[in-house]
Amino acid sequence: MKLHELTIYQARSLLQSREISAQELTAAVIDRILEVDNDIKAYLTLTPELALEQARQADARRAAGEDDPLLGIPLAIKDIICTEGIPTTCGSKILEDFIPPYSATVVEKLRAAGAVILGKTNTDEFAMGSSTENSAYFTTHNPWDLTRVPGGSSGGSAAATAADECLGALGSDTGGSVRQPAALCGVVGIKPTYGRVSRYGLVAFASSLDQIGTFGKDVTDCALLLSVIAGYDPRDSTSVDEPVPDYLSALVPDVRGMRLGVPQEYFIEGIQPEVEAAVRAAIDLLAEMGAEIVDISLPHTGYALPVYYLLAPAEASANLARYDGIKYGFSFPDAADVWDAYRKTRQYGFGAEVKRRIMLGTYALSAGYYDAYYLKAQQVRTLIKQDFDRAFALCDVVLCPTSPTTAFKIGEKVDDPLQMYLSDVFTLSASLAGLPGLSLPCGFDAQGLPIGLQIIGRAFDEATVFRVAYTYEQVTDWHTRKPPL
Amino acid sequence: MKLTREEVEHIAELAKIGLTEEEKALFQEQLSAILEYAEMLQRVDTSAIPPTATVLPLRNVMRPDEPHPSLPREDVLANAPQSEDGCFRVKVILES
Amino acid sequence: MDSRKPTGDYEVIIGMEVHAQLDTKSKMFCGCRADVFGAEPNTLVCPVCLGMPGVLPVINRRAVECTIMTGLALNCSIAEFSRFARKNYNYPDLVKGYQISQYELPLCHNGWLEIEADDTTKRVRIERVHLEEDTGKLFHMGTYSLVDYNRSGVPLMEIVSEPDMRSAAEAYAYLTKLRQILRYLGVSSGDMEKGAMRCEVNVSLRPAGTETLGTKVEIKNLNSFRSVKMALEYEIQRQAEILDKGGTVEQVTMGWDEERQRTVVQRSKEFAHDYRYFPEPDLPPLEISREWVAEIRAQLPELPDAKCDRFVAQYGLSVYDATVLSAEREVADYFENCVALYPQAKTVANWISGEIFRRMNEAGLSITEIKVTPQGLAGLLNLVEKGAINLNTARRVFIEMLESGRSAEAIVAEQGLAQMSDIETLERIVDEVLAANPDQVQQYLAGKETVARWLVGQVMKATQGKANPQLVNKSLSEKLQALQRLREDKKSATHL
Repeated sequence: MKLHELTIYQARSLLQSREISAQELTAAVIDRILEVDNDIKAYLTLTPELALEQARQADARRAAGEDDPLLGIPLAIKDIICTEGIPTTCGSKILEDFIPPYSATVVEKLRAAGAVILGKTNTDEFAMGSSTENSAYFTTHNPWDLTRVPGGSSGGSAAATAADECLGALGSDTGGSVRQPAALCGVVGIKPTYGRVSRYGLVAFASSLDQIGTFGKDVTDCALLLSVIAGYDPRDSTSVDEPVPDYLSALVPDVRGMRLGVPQEYFIEGIQPEVEAAVRAAIDLLAEMGAEIVDISLPHTGYALPVYYLLAPAEASANLARYDGIKYGFSFPDAADVWDAYRKTRQYGFGAEVKRRIMLGTYALSAGYYDAYYLKAQQVRTLIKQDFDRAFALCDVVLCPTSPTTAFKIGEKVDDPLQMYLSDVFTLSASLAGLPGLSLPCGFDAQGLPIGLQIIGRAFDEATVFRVAYTYEQVTDWHTRKPPL
Repeated sequence: MKLTREEVEHIAELAKIGLTEEEKALFQEQLSAILEYAEMLQRVDTSAIPPTATVLPLRNVMRPDEPHPSLPREDVLANAPQSEDGCFRVKVILES
Repeated sequence: MDSRKPTGDYEVIIGMEVHAQLDTKSKMFCGCRADVFGAEPNTLVCPVCLGMPGVLPVINRRAVECTIMTGLALNCSIAEFSRFARKNYNYPDLVKGYQISQYELPLCHNGWLEIEADDTTKRVRIERVHLEEDTGKLFHMGTYSLVDYNRSGVPLMEIVSEPDMRSAAEAYAYLTKLRQILRYLGVSSGDMEKGAMRCEVNVSLRPAGTETLGTKVEIKNLNSFRSVKMALEYEIQRQAEILDKGGTVEQVTMGWDEERQRTVVQRSKEFAHDYRYFPEPDLPPLEISREWVAEIRAQLPELPDAKCDRFVAQYGLSVYDATVLSAEREVADYFENCVALYPQAKTVANWISGEIFRRMNEAGLSITEIKVTPQGLAGLLNLVEKGAINLNTARRVFIEMLESGRSAEAIVAEQGLAQMSDIETLERIVDEVLAANPDQVQQYLAGKETVARWLVGQVMKATQGKANPQLVNKSLSEKLQALQRLREDKKSATHL
């Protein structure tokens, strides 16, 4: 087996038994990146020297008897998560030269656990998008079909994981930005419960929705990574001081007696028939393994899209107001006065989708429209959350497709924002309700493109989500298939 | 909900985003389409529904009043497009 | 406009917004030090108060408590549920493009403050007290500006009054009283010159007896108590003159031009802000339990009005003295600490408002900075009381104490200033003085009784001021009366 194809869990036992070194593993993954990333373009910034140095340190630590959970494991970080001394661009021109003097809490936790950081992965600008086509730098290509998008916004991390350009990765998910690219790239990705992982150092898009998630080649890796980064952080007042269970010990291949809710609203017109078939087959399989299938209803699902596309842009319009060319980042050089500088810096520093959402959010909050748009959306958000509260009285997890379609062609939806937004239609509800959602491979369409099954759990009950996913994974081999690179 | 050109310009000014004439036309059309789509929310009766600003049950998250070291000034100004005498430098501020 | 004419035909309506920096150790949402005045630019900042990408605010508990305490002192209702909101606008001194402030759910609301002005007492209603973060500071360099973000994130309390003030004097009294309370609570220095307290007033006029509100003019950039008063007087006059001529006042924002002593238009009404407030998603709301409020209430110090009343009742001070001594908490504490050791309150009051205040004014010191402690002053006064030194010596010793900080006892002992109360010695000196000044004695005997005081002075001089003046007086008058009797006896013998 090639070293770059290892899962984290496999690599860990080889490192523990000293069959391989962190330096060998890291060098192999860097070679893999150099081999395929010209085609895939998953990385915005590569830090190979730093990675090898960190690998050397990991080997030294292991020689000294240390055995931290990620000691010597090479990982990728979405470029919207701050890394001290390493450029953090958010896929935007406006932060092209920004080098943060601090690291995100999750990065500190990964480093403390011994992880090796390979570089920063591509993202839609400020995580606003579903395809990475909104990156100001380039579009990442789907490893399963280079003419297609990897999904987004964490498309770089998903593609890198799928193409063995890292052993696992961090992404961020505001309305589906971990789950949807995980589905489109055929890897496992989880968006944890809002408040489970510290957002400190995650560049804000929509603060009440943003959450950092993990990508793995299988459920075990995804759970392992989450167990390292989860937990309360005094620097993030919205992180919750709840004990983090050992997610690995939740990986029990048994769903007997569990109640799996299937919401009728997620099997609608417009869904790709192969996606529906694969998801239904997965549900049937779990039923065969002893789970009870419960028909549930999430009646306000259809409103999630407009709610999301009012609330997230509203918060974004404030979060992105700080990019003014004064303290950091791009600054338009030849402005007449400070106001002209603001307008032109933001005109040329931001891409079309970011400007569109800032405008939309500004409008939703502006005098005379606040009640009709922002407040109304918040009220409907309450109803969406209540839908889940009622559903979870009847079931333990909710099963549904992650995305209505498999990966679409690059350029296919760029001119129609609303069509692009519709590719998130199945992931938005869990985001608005703050619930954990995981996507794992459950099949392929006729063109060989992966299909994702979404498992949504109760708040702070990632363990049950992992358990269902793990059980399914044990009797299927979708996750072991490799893209034809 | 159809936005007028003037509304697009007003929003752009609030958001401090310069727009070309083409962008104004494009945004006018695209934002109108999105807002039209969002009109479906008006069908939902929310008269008795409280808004959700955050899903968290958290309250009173505070820290003790203890000072910590600040950032060295070279780090503060390291990313500044323009600085002078330890300050960030900006263009002249004419009252708008 | 120079001739100030009364504006009795109009009723003046004034409301005030006061921003006070809180004297916390750290900033509102990060750990940077909050006492930024005078620091080198951009040395007290961190990623949080610089608004760098990805960072998050965390609420300073002490700042919340200071605000609640202020609300209690201003007789406000304390919210059971409160939260922060983002106030969106762009300005180069605002790092995030929004200010974390409060909007629909402030910490405190519906209070009042009692003021004395124009010989009456009245209540000014307080609409709200809320908490927010300060902005950075701009230096205008002509063709460009420089920004120092040290002040960014310093906790700022906003206190908004109802439009209840009816004259510049009332506005001045309100501001003075408000600052007094903030200082009493120890929540803010209230130092306007250092920008620790800032004030915006809005003023309108309406014909006396009518209820319709006139057009409101807002005045900003008021950097001292004096400028608040001057700006209001100027603006009231300006508006009155416009109305007198049948004109209409424009709704504008004015600034106070200190040099030219006039208000100048800063912004016309066409420029309306749209702050797009919405709940701050990075900060969970505050649920303020009544137990927490009770804890903070228990920490409330006695406020100036209550203290003043108590000083009158407990120490028998005049209202005037009590007002003077209770104006500042440190002075009042000084007074009471001293009275605890030397119970003659009136004497202590006189020394504080005389000698101590003179020294504070001359040296520009606060009462806690001068070298004579309340214990020291009590020690000095006790020496006088015991008759160990006289009042003149006490004044000399006091000056010595101010310089050296030593105790009165030590100074008196070292310099041999103890009062001469030994009768025999004193009588001998009195005899010597009488013998040395026969002319003055004769004048006294001839009926010029004021000479007695001159003779006392001679005795004091002979003793370097140490003689006990009561004893000198007594001895001298006894001896002079004896001489008088002797002289009268001689006279009658001659006649016989």
